[in-house]
Amino acid sequence: MDVLSGLFSFLYQTGDAFAFLVLSACGLAVIFGMMGIINLAHGEFILCGAYVTTSAVQMGLPLPIAILAGALVAGLVGMLLERTIIRHLYSRPLDSIVVTWGISMIATQGTLILLGSTMPGTGTPFGSFTVGDYGYSVYRLVLMLAAVATLAVLWLIFTRTRFGILARATIQVPHIAEALGVNTSLIYSLTFGLGAALAGLCGGLYAPTMTLVPTMGAAFVVEAFVTVVVGGADIFLGTAPAAAILAVVKAGLTSWQGQLAGQIGLLVAVIVVIRILPRGLTGFILRERA
Amino acid sequence: MHKPTTSVLAALGTLLALSTAAIAQEGPIKMGVLEDQSGDFAVATIGKVHGIELAAEEINAAGGIAGRPLELVTYDTQSDNRRYQEFMRRVLQRDKVDVVFAGFSSASREAYRPIVDQFKGLAFYNNQYEGGVCDANMIVTGAVPEQQFSTLIPYMMEKYGKNVYTIAADYNFGQISAEWVRDIVKENGGTMAGEEFIPLGVSQFSQTIQNIQKAKPDFLVTLLVGTAQASYYEQAASADVGLPMASSVNVGQGYEHKRFQPPSLANMYVTTNWIEEVDNPASKAFVEKWRAKFPDEPYINQEAENSYIAVYLYKQMVERAKSTDHDAIRKVIAEGDVCMDAPEGRVCIDPKSQHMSHTIYLAKVGEDHSISFPKVWDDIKPYWLGDVGCDLTKENPEAQYTPSDNPMKSGG
Repeated sequence: MDVLSGLFSFLYQTGDAFAFLVLSACGLAVIFGMMGIINLAHGEFILCGAYVTTSAVQMGLPLPIAILAGALVAGLVGMLLERTIIRHLYSRPLDSIVVTWGISMIATQGTLILLGSTMPGTGTPFGSFTVGDYGYSVYRLVLMLAAVATLAVLWLIFTRTRFGILARATIQVPHIAEALGVNTSLIYSLTFGLGAALAGLCGGLYAPTMTLVPTMGAAFVVEAFVTVVVGGADIFLGTAPAAAILAVVKAGLTSWQGQLAGQIGLLVAVIVVIRILPRGLTGFILRERA
Repeated sequence: MHKPTTSVLAALGTLLALSTAAIAQEGPIKMGVLEDQSGDFAVATIGKVHGIELAAEEINAAGGIAGRPLELVTYDTQSDNRRYQEFMRRVLQRDKVDVVFAGFSSASREAYRPIVDQFKGLAFYNNQYEGGVCDANMIVTGAVPEQQFSTLIPYMMEKYGKNVYTIAADYNFGQISAEWVRDIVKENGGTMAGEEFIPLGVSQFSQTIQNIQKAKPDFLVTLLVGTAQASYYEQAASADVGLPMASSVNVGQGYEHKRFQPPSLANMYVTTNWIEEVDNPASKAFVEKWRAKFPDEPYINQEAENSYIAVYLYKQMVERAKSTDHDAIRKVIAEGDVCMDAPEGRVCIDPKSQHMSHTIYLAKVGEDHSISFPKVWDDIKPYWLGDVGCDLTKENPEAQYTPSDNPMKSGG
């Protein structure tokens, strides 16, 4: 019984860390992996998703629909930004860092000025359950399922839909895709919008469990970047396995020595991976296959 | 008819010119205000700026300080220690302010304090903190551990048991406060079930929650700082931790009981020197006055009251010293009777430490997040610094002492 409850606790903690890493990193990985844009406004798309979700719940919408609304609004805002600003920066990756950083600061400060320093939370649904000595939150299991479901849906989108195939074609050889009649500019918009919507989804999913403040995006950004850096450019070969490895490192160290050790472990893992595998896990896996 | 009018006018003109010259010579009293109006701490600190603005407006409407208007020079320090250093240099060197009101986190205070010392400035730190600053260039109106922990921890141990777990923000405030908790628990015959320090900015607490459940403490001391860490309460409630909690910083600063859904903060006990729920006539009048000027204020917290009081205390010091000169002000403080009737009750500045006495309210958060006050301690003095040998009327070490590092320890 003790062994079982210990095992469950380890799986739960690892799953919890995995969900957080996957959900925070997905949007960033799509935008970076597909388009080569390093999006420093990633946290603010998460903020957007969280605020929209919370407002929608307060207006009486059920939580799942509110979360989808959050993702949708973040996605639309992302497409709008892509049309007006980001598309001029595709051949200028360094400039895109500065510009998205600027957007991030404007969004944070704008939220503070327009909506105030904080927003009341909606409370976490579903209550708790007990295994052995420990109480657990049911909603955290929902988050784990959501992370796995998000990966599955993304995989279906990129391998089984027309959009996915066109998107991959556009990213690989843009001028041939264009010559074959693909509306590449629309594909770029949609891909950026998808990345932003994934960030919004993350914000919406975590909104009931967190403090809602204009700077809340910052809580996700470090983990998101760490996961994408370790993972490399591909979501399925990179982000997902990276999140799994980092989750084990983080949950193990945090349970052994506390939060500080968990944070240190995460960053040390990044340094080690970048030193040994400069192209992240994606590069490692692809080379193995070749 | 014509001639006398001219001469009267001329006389008036001369008079006006003279009086303008007199005012120009004196000019306004300039007060630097460095507080975090954006960033991670803004939730708790925007009210401090409002408190200072409210007091300044009242004072100016009533004729200023010793007849001179009070002018605020306000900068947003963005919850960033480097901004504190930049702006502290700017207000002291370029704006040449007479006094500075500055700082929320202890990290930011320790970042700017050497600059205040370097330029012999005078700074008010209107925030509760881990205690121990023995520096004549600083006046502290916030509450300190002997006021907040010496009251709270024994009360909690008597009520809930002697096995205590602390989770604290991992920087000087959390580390030194946790040391205080540890010492007081030991003095009262209790044990520490565990301690965990959380880096600022951490927002996910699943594993911490489990570590706490594993240790099975009787109650939990939460010294969490910043909005990211406040996520702990929601996550602990959803995992049904259900432990009584004690804190010196939560509720009184970040009004978590208003921001989170009940019952995530139920059974939280906080020692605070004032919050807007305090129920006495002076406090009610203060809240009413505040709401008239700032109708959208989400919550009037402890540090907002401290900041408001501090402006009036400064006014009193300058008027009694007949100058904004730092040494003259210290002489007034040394008289030992710089006191006022504040919304919380009567407060006085202690000459040895330049910290302030407080009425300490034990606030209990109920199941529905309403606040009750099971206990009130009147006139708790900031005695600890004096006890360990800090006497700013005699010498100015410009240091910060802790329970394990102070003149008494190194002497004995």
